[in-house]
Amino acid sequence: MSAERHAVSTIKRHPLDVRIAHWVAAISFILLGLSGFALFFPGFFFMTALFGGGETARFLHPWLGLALVLSYLVLFVRFVGSCLWKREDTIWILRPSDVLSGREENLPEFGKFIAGQKLYFWGMALLFAVLLVSGVIIWQAYFGSLTSIALQRIAALTHSIFAVLAVLGFVIHVHMVTWEPGTLRAMISGTVTGGWAWKHHRKWLREVVAGKN
Amino acid sequence: MALFEFELPPPPTKDLKPLFGEQDLVRRSASSVPEPARKLTEVAKLIDVSKCIGCKACQAACLEWNDERIPVGENVGVYDNPPDLTPSMFTVMRFTEWVNPQTQDLEWLIRKDGCMHCADPGCLKACPAPGAIVQYSNGIVDFNHENCIGCGYCVDGCPFNIPRISQVDHKAHKCTLCSDRVAVGQGPACAKACPTHAIVFGTKEEMKQHAAERIKDLKSRGFATAGLYDPPGVKGTHVMYVLHHADQPELYSGLPKDPSISPFVSIWKSAAKRYASLAAMAAVVFAMVFHQVAAGPNRSSDEDEENARKLIEGRDK
Repeated sequence: MSAERHAVSTIKRHPLDVRIAHWVAAISFILLGLSGFALFFPGFFFMTALFGGGETARFLHPWLGLALVLSYLVLFVRFVGSCLWKREDTIWILRPSDVLSGREENLPEFGKFIAGQKLYFWGMALLFAVLLVSGVIIWQAYFGSLTSIALQRIAALTHSIFAVLAVLGFVIHVHMVTWEPGTLRAMISGTVTGGWAWKHHRKWLREVVAGKN
Repeated sequence: MALFEFELPPPPTKDLKPLFGEQDLVRRSASSVPEPARKLTEVAKLIDVSKCIGCKACQAACLEWNDERIPVGENVGVYDNPPDLTPSMFTVMRFTEWVNPQTQDLEWLIRKDGCMHCADPGCLKACPAPGAIVQYSNGIVDFNHENCIGCGYCVDGCPFNIPRISQVDHKAHKCTLCSDRVAVGQGPACAKACPTHAIVFGTKEEMKQHAAERIKDLKSRGFATAGLYDPPGVKGTHVMYVLHHADQPELYSGLPKDPSISPFVSIWKSAAKRYASLAAMAAVVFAMVFHQVAAGPNRSSDEDEENARKLIEGRDK
């Protein structure tokens, strides 16, 4: 073997339960988006055909929502400890040009998650909580008679606005995977390369090496 | 002499040709319709509350014509039976006992509740299923069950709390103004059955003229505030009431004084919000693509890998 072609180091990042919960959340989010778009935009109503028609889409949407909330709950419990705000996160917020251009040498070392991921984590937790409550209020089949129509109107409006916000966050989240090559495998095999961890999450890598994480 | 015929001629028994249909739609939920070639004369049902005796013949006729049945009810302490509209019962007599503070008279206000067939229908505005709710140029707002998905948005859209979702077929149900009868020149079944002509049907103009006569009569008999209920907040309705106390419609089991589509529903269903949502999503997608092209990819280098290796091997030593 040639000396310069050595095996790339591998670091464990996400255990199996996190990866399963992540993909349940991801798939249900996409299906929720498709069925929700169909029910929200008249021009996209044809997408209910993907679910077997309008009635099935209407029936499935809230159950998919529960799947999303439950899987996100697993992610929440597993991630919340790593998503507490640290001093370096404030620096991340204050230096958007270094962040967006990938000049991580100008930024402090980050733990398991960077500030953007933490914002996404807390943001989605908030959005999903509001979507859950407003969604249950307008879940006609089971809760239609339990709440007032006046409240249902507010819930319907809130649900549609917060759903759009969640889609905006989702687009950014997906983009970060393509922008930082080597990220996707963290959610598939559960591992990342040492180089990836050194570049993007050096403080976390140090913790892993020290056996603290 | 009446301005119109209380008793409409019997229906034709052969060569039934519907007087209106798909080509006369002026609104269709979650979709658009071509401008109709003709404009039908607007029809209306006029309910003269002052002539109602509360016999519920209208309810029986409604069940009969629509081939609906309701279970034997329970007495809940009021005359209303059933106590509310149901997916099978499209109209309910709502009884109110009211002591007029001016005369100290006990007045029995009986209002036949049901779909008002608004000119600006909130149910249709809220409906996400193309063609599940339609409005004809004669003013009838109808539900097409084959297109209904049972989401219940019409319930939230309606300013009068009329549509009911069936737990059996999971579809929204309400009064059709007997669109099938009107289509062959008949009036609604409830109007046909009403023994006092408290419910009459005709063109909207005829009904307004008839109402004016009735109001004149009521005023001459001491009901100074008698009037027509044809609320402008929903651009008028095709079911109208003659009320002895038109200044206080709330007396009649909470008939709203100035009904209109809720601002929450209007914003929820506004084109502006739809376009803003699409624009925001498109902008974020474009920004991400731009970022990818301008700044990406943010790849780790061999040097990063080397540094990581040193760190890891440092631990192994």
